[in-house]
Amino acid sequence: MFQPNAPSDEKDLLKAIGVASFDELIRRLPARHVNPGLGLANEMPEVEITRYLSELAAKNAQPLSFLGAGAYDHFSPAAVGALALRGEFATAYTPYQPEASQGTLQVIFEFQSMVAEIFGMDIANASLYDGASALAEAALVAFRHTDRPVLLVPDALHPHYRRTLDTYFGSAADFKIVTVACPRGTIDAGDLAAKINANDGNVAGVVVQTPNFFGCLEDGAAIASAAHAAGALVIAVSNPLALGVVAPPGEWDADIAVGDGQPLGLPVSFGGPYVGLFACKKEFMRKMPGRICGQTVDVDGKTGYVLTLQAREQHIRREKANSNICTNQNLCATHFTIHTAMLGPEGLRELAELNLQLAHYAAEQLSKLPGCKLSFETPYFNEFVLEVPGDVDAVHKRLLDLGILAGLPLKTFYPKLDRHLLINVTERKTKADIDRLVSAVGSLK
Amino acid sequence: MSAMPPKNRPVGVSRLETLLIDQSVKGRRAMRVPEAPVAQPIDRLIPAKFLRQRKPRLPEVTEFQVVRHFTRLSTLNYSIDANFYPLGSCTMKYNPKVNDAMANLPGFRQAHPLAPESTVQGLLEAMYNLEQWLVKMSGFAHFTLHPAAGAHGEFTGILVAQAYHRAKGRLNKTKVIVPDSAHGTNPASAALAHLTVVTVKSQANGHIDMADFRAKLDDDVALVMLTLPNTLGLFEEEIEAITRESHAKGALVYLDGANFNALAGLIRPGDLGFDICHINLHKTFSTPHGGGGPGAGPVGVTKELEPFLPVPRVVKDGDTYRVRDSKHHYPQSIGQLRSFFGNTGILIRAYTYMLSLGEDGVKEMSRRAIINANYVRVRLKDVFHAVSNEPCMHEAVFSGTPILEHGVKTLDLAKRLLDYGYYAPTIYFPLIVPEALMIEPTETETPETLEAFCATVEEIVREIKDNPAVVKEAPHTTPVRRLDEVKAAREPMLRWTTANEPAVYGGRSTERAARA
Repeated sequence: MFQPNAPSDEKDLLKAIGVASFDELIRRLPARHVNPGLGLANEMPEVEITRYLSELAAKNAQPLSFLGAGAYDHFSPAAVGALALRGEFATAYTPYQPEASQGTLQVIFEFQSMVAEIFGMDIANASLYDGASALAEAALVAFRHTDRPVLLVPDALHPHYRRTLDTYFGSAADFKIVTVACPRGTIDAGDLAAKINANDGNVAGVVVQTPNFFGCLEDGAAIASAAHAAGALVIAVSNPLALGVVAPPGEWDADIAVGDGQPLGLPVSFGGPYVGLFACKKEFMRKMPGRICGQTVDVDGKTGYVLTLQAREQHIRREKANSNICTNQNLCATHFTIHTAMLGPEGLRELAELNLQLAHYAAEQLSKLPGCKLSFETPYFNEFVLEVPGDVDAVHKRLLDLGILAGLPLKTFYPKLDRHLLINVTERKTKADIDRLVSAVGSLK
Repeated sequence: MSAMPPKNRPVGVSRLETLLIDQSVKGRRAMRVPEAPVAQPIDRLIPAKFLRQRKPRLPEVTEFQVVRHFTRLSTLNYSIDANFYPLGSCTMKYNPKVNDAMANLPGFRQAHPLAPESTVQGLLEAMYNLEQWLVKMSGFAHFTLHPAAGAHGEFTGILVAQAYHRAKGRLNKTKVIVPDSAHGTNPASAALAHLTVVTVKSQANGHIDMADFRAKLDDDVALVMLTLPNTLGLFEEEIEAITRESHAKGALVYLDGANFNALAGLIRPGDLGFDICHINLHKTFSTPHGGGGPGAGPVGVTKELEPFLPVPRVVKDGDTYRVRDSKHHYPQSIGQLRSFFGNTGILIRAYTYMLSLGEDGVKEMSRRAIINANYVRVRLKDVFHAVSNEPCMHEAVFSGTPILEHGVKTLDLAKRLLDYGYYAPTIYFPLIVPEALMIEPTETETPETLEAFCATVEEIVREIKDNPAVVKEAPHTTPVRRLDEVKAAREPMLRWTTANEPAVYGGRSTERAARA
């Protein structure tokens, strides 16, 4: 029961308003449309809702899963959820009144600091919707900064990120998105050079995802130097957990770095809510989209935090704003911040290394099976592509019947990779889990 | 050593919290990561050039330090759980705890967005049902649950309209009409889709200036974007004329559903001739604002526009729920605007709320929201300048101009409310009202809270007359007082640095900033 419902509650209010009935308040509404029958169910008490939704949730099978592909099943310590769900964080509004929002604002400041540190970049914003939309916003910065129309995008970019770019920019004739081939799992240097030459002087940005959709690591420095030589910006897309061990975009001179913060503190939750990370070099500070928190002082000289550089934003600039984005994903950013605080610099490295070790163990065992082999020879993080014998859908289905979700058949997104599974291993898997996968795959004839 | 409290700040008096990085002591740990069961040297697995050179500067603290730090930070916030938020346009109603509990059921939390349909039937059923609830409440034929927020929904709706006109070969349709009272996201979203924004005037009471509207509604208009009730909290009487005349020119009409809390159960936008609408689930359907997201902004459309909705979508096929996630099934779809299905954790919270309400509860929700707002409107009408004397819907808008003569602005009054334990109303929006104060009490507040709030506003107005300085310098009791926003923008400090590092791109540790 969420609203005051004693018999006197409504009666007294109507009397104070000076009307005899509620209907007097809604006379401007077209009467023939007012108060329609909706055909909705009756209200449910909490005990029934809990029973009903628990039953629905229990209908979802929970196989031993090696499915990642941009949404990763990691462990999050109990403290993370317990703190982030405190009502003082969860039910606070956007910190437009900073005096009453210092908790939220300081969390954002710490979040921005952590994101910038993890990516090795100068600065970061208060977060965007998710990794894919963060990439679209980064592309927008590149188009506007360079005043050039072409974005080069690797074939090994997460397909949903690619689709998001296509939707954001596909309807405008001003922009062109060009695919760079990745025949050996990563960006082909020859094709990159060819695409840069073919669009000479028009390339606004080159997107580099590392680890990419196949889990492979890109040679960021080489790509960045080719892109910069052509006057293009380098936009990195990275899994922040991987950066515990893998060279961050800031170490290979990326201009903008984005990613999805989901692996650090958020459940896979059927696709969201996640948290879009956006970091960049300081020269792009006033071109960053979204909310930004800054440190300042109050009238007594006390340190405090405010949302700042708001002259970029839609509520001030309307159609001239540098993005239409209003919100950030603050509660998700709070999960990320607390989770990262729990890890610390050593924990982040150790967790990244554990993921990497487990994935390599799985890859080595699986690739020893007859007919199975790793598709790409490039270094990888916690995900890899395995070619399996026979019909991949049948293999996937038979493993699922054994209670194992053996990653993602890639042919949905890459028709040529029609015998290939994308397999992810996180710290939630034990050696025994991996051995069970290997033995199940080996048992298929 | 950084663990010691800074000397210039007395311990136990300041309510502020030291940055976690400044509490860091090398070697401290908050959690242990298991040993790898099978390990090889990392540089044998990954060539050196791919490895990280410099460790990120992250705090090294204990779990207890983390818990105390974030708990203390949380206490610096106002929140719905602890404070009344009369924040117009934001619908800061109570967020039931059961919503969070349901979203965190393991079967939902752990459902992978690319998992085979057969393994996520329960989740898909919940999503399908949620769409049906939205359809029934709004009168639209279909909804996409894909957009992450209201502005994301606006962009989605605009792209749908654009795709529809293109499919009809109407390439001239490049204008979007937006009233000057609209939320800033409306024109910004239209601009992102490369459409030209045409602003239509509102009258002083917020209703559309119909003469200006008719003058600007030409054949090139693709979309008319309206907020209903409008941003002054009033129901647009001419709404059916607007939708009818727009359709006659081949334009579609978009409803910014930010104010759906006033309509749900009372009137269906689909019945009024709207073609597209987004609904902010974090407002009307009580999902927590989270200090600024995440939200969800599902978009409803008429049957004619369904083919253009984004993917993925959940459909029912006999007794089975299926995910349609490619353009194969919807060749005219505008595509995807983010990764994966949507902000599912938020969608489950909203669905839980709908189940709690049921049909009668939805009707009671908007009814009480309107009654509560009118109570505030009538109670404060002599204190400020009322923008309109007609009954309002879910929020009441005032002009604070009467206090200007005392040298006090609406902003000052809003800040003074913080001292009394209330969050501030929305101020200076809509832009067409001078010194605007926008108050949306929502249906979940008791009459006692409304009365106490109004009495406090009256008390502050008395203070403005007797002792304006105390209001102009407010707040006095919050963890910090008014902050130097000019300094924040001119000398941006956007992140921490550590003690042995010069402040290059802004950001210094708290202690040094305090000493500066």
